[in-house]
Amino acid sequence: MLKYILLRSLLALAVAFTVSLAAFFLLNVATDPAQAIAGEDATQEVVDMIRARYGLDQPLPVRYFEWLGGVLRGDFGESYYWHKPVAELVAERAGVTITLALAALSVTILIAIPLGALAALNPNSWIDRMALGVAVSAQAVPNFWLGLIMIILFAVMIPIFPVSGDDTWRHFVLPAFVLGASSVPAIMRLTRTGLIEVMGADYIRTARSKGFRGGALLRRHALRNALLPVISVLAVQLGQKFGGSVITESIFAINGLGRLALESILGADIPTVQMLIFVFAIVFVAMNLLADIINAILDPRIRIG
Amino acid sequence: MPLLDVQSLVTEFPGAPGGPGNRAVNEVSFAVERGKVLGLVGESGSGKSVTGFSIMGLVDRPGRVTGGRILFDGQDLASLSGEEMRQLRGRRIAMVFQDPMMTLNPVLTIGTQMTEAITAHEKVSRAESRARARDALGQVGIPSPEERLSAYPHEFSGGMRQRVAIAIALLHNPDLIIADEPTTALDVTIQSQIISEFQRLAETHNTAVIWITHDLAIVSRLADDIAVMYSGRLVETGPVSDVLTDPRHPYTAGLIGSVPSQNTRGTRLRQIPGMTPSLGRLPSGCAFRTRCDRATEACATVPPPETHEGARGFRCIHPVHPELLTQ
Ligand SMILES: Nc1ncnc2c1ncn2[C@@H]1O[C@H](COP(=O)(O)OP(=O)(O)OP(=O)(O)O)[C@@H](O)[C@H]1O
Ligand code: SF4
Ligand SMILES: [Mg+2]
Repeated sequence: MLKYILLRSLLALAVAFTVSLAAFFLLNVATDPAQAIAGEDATQEVVDMIRARYGLDQPLPVRYFEWLGGVLRGDFGESYYWHKPVAELVAERAGVTITLALAALSVTILIAIPLGALAALNPNSWIDRMALGVAVSAQAVPNFWLGLIMIILFAVMIPIFPVSGDDTWRHFVLPAFVLGASSVPAIMRLTRTGLIEVMGADYIRTARSKGFRGGALLRRHALRNALLPVISVLAVQLGQKFGGSVITESIFAINGLGRLALESILGADIPTVQMLIFVFAIVFVAMNLLADIINAILDPRIRIG
Repeated sequence: MPLLDVQSLVTEFPGAPGGPGNRAVNEVSFAVERGKVLGLVGESGSGKSVTGFSIMGLVDRPGRVTGGRILFDGQDLASLSGEEMRQLRGRRIAMVFQDPMMTLNPVLTIGTQMTEAITAHEKVSRAESRARARDALGQVGIPSPEERLSAYPHEFSGGMRQRVAIAIALLHNPDLIIADEPTTALDVTIQSQIISEFQRLAETHNTAVIWITHDLAIVSRLADDIAVMYSGRLVETGPVSDVLTDPRHPYTAGLIGSVPSQNTRGTRLRQIPGMTPSLGRLPSGCAFRTRCDRATEACATVPPPETHEGARGFRCIHPVHPELLTQ
């Protein structure tokens, strides 16, 4: 088990570096960072000066290995735009994004699991059909569109939540809902099919024969088994929330990593983009690893075997 | 008054929309006295398990009991509330299910699955319920029961799981145990031990047992009465000694003819020529007609009514009578 975790962690690092490599070349091919930093109207002289100052005149492979060397020493470089270490910048902004991601995951859990369970316990009833409707529409609606609709409904027409910002918990309600909604269809369907399968299992009949019914049966025997696969998918979804925060944070003007990512991409702030992509990749792969570990802990068949 | 009195029980699974349902259990009547063992035999798919589920009130949806009555200790089970039925299950009526590989929850320890069967009905301390679970495991011959309580089902062989299921059924010394093929995965010695355990239970606690099996040798050794099932109906019932030595129904005769010697243990039912007809398209009249060498045109008209002969009953219009055959 320990060996497995170690191996997977190494693999995770390899993935993160590969992603950063690809991102590095794409960024530098798509934009001219020196031009972007200098501004549209800057003279060629200024642009050249900037190019030399930031080492942008070096060939791409040289620059990548310089970046890589820094990373291995724990140095992610300095932001072109903010003029301070990128690591500091990311650390400042991470709290907001983690809060948002966890809040979004809670929204997903609170909506998807009860809805999926109700649908499973009453298959083909109106509850089931309603749940299916929710899933289909949540899947069809893009994140940014849902975000705008929520702002219009609950911040403008019925002003119960602030339009933008990240000062109080009330600022997080709408963005967490928007970000959380995107995972509802997958988690709901997984809960529903899992619970339907479990309720038909022979061991549920055994539990009934021992004198279990209703809530006690559900708690002790059905939900635990049905939610096993759901928990690991939730961990994966949490990783995806970080990537998803790019759009949501921009819509709601939340100063987290997502917004930072968008700004630094537009501003060709390459060191910042590089570190963010690296961090997002690490988080994503780490969550996948976490999912596997949780599964192994909760399911005795995996733990031993 | 018998402990269990099943009267004209019908359990149906819905067929194609608009069509008639499949009667997995069709007009089945039998009774079991306290302290007696009834052997319920019949080919695969004849409805033995569904009969057991019907008594427990655990027929898989969308199947359901659509006719007849089940009287347990004088009470019509259909009149009980969900909670009253729950209190009966596990405590007064227990069932050992057929497939030992699937009937235990894979993510809970054996100890948890046993102690919760106790605490579902009694307020006892954790230590006491564990001690009782441990004793029950010892009772069915599981070595080092204390340690085994913390094991998971996948760490047990099929035979061990079957014994765990039996141990769970024995926890409350129930009035009635329905044991569905409870010893198929067990070796000879353990099987003997389990059978003795059931016999002891029937004697000391006056427990009534319905033993579902393919194994006529076990029935002749253990059971007081036998009920032979074919395509959802009981085709022959009566005291084991009478029915097995002198069957009336050609199907029963076929089953017995299939056992090479009464003393051979574990012999399975011979394949009587032909196949069990599927419930959806049973032949008219007697369901056994297509496989019966005594069948006449009269057998195709109506399902044979039950003929009584003392404590015995059978559904055949040309019953087997050895004394008639020899003439
Ligand atoms: N869940 C179900 N849905 C539909 N039909 C079912 C279901 N369960 C049982 N049946 C029907 O009931 C009939 C009797 O099944 P049952 O399991 O009682 O047979 P059995 O006598 O126990 O056989 P075996 O010896 O193989 O255990 C089957 O042939 C099948 O047609
Ligand atoms: S009724 Fe006819 S077909 Fe049915 S078992 Fe008797 S003889 Fe055979
Ligand atoms: Mg069966």
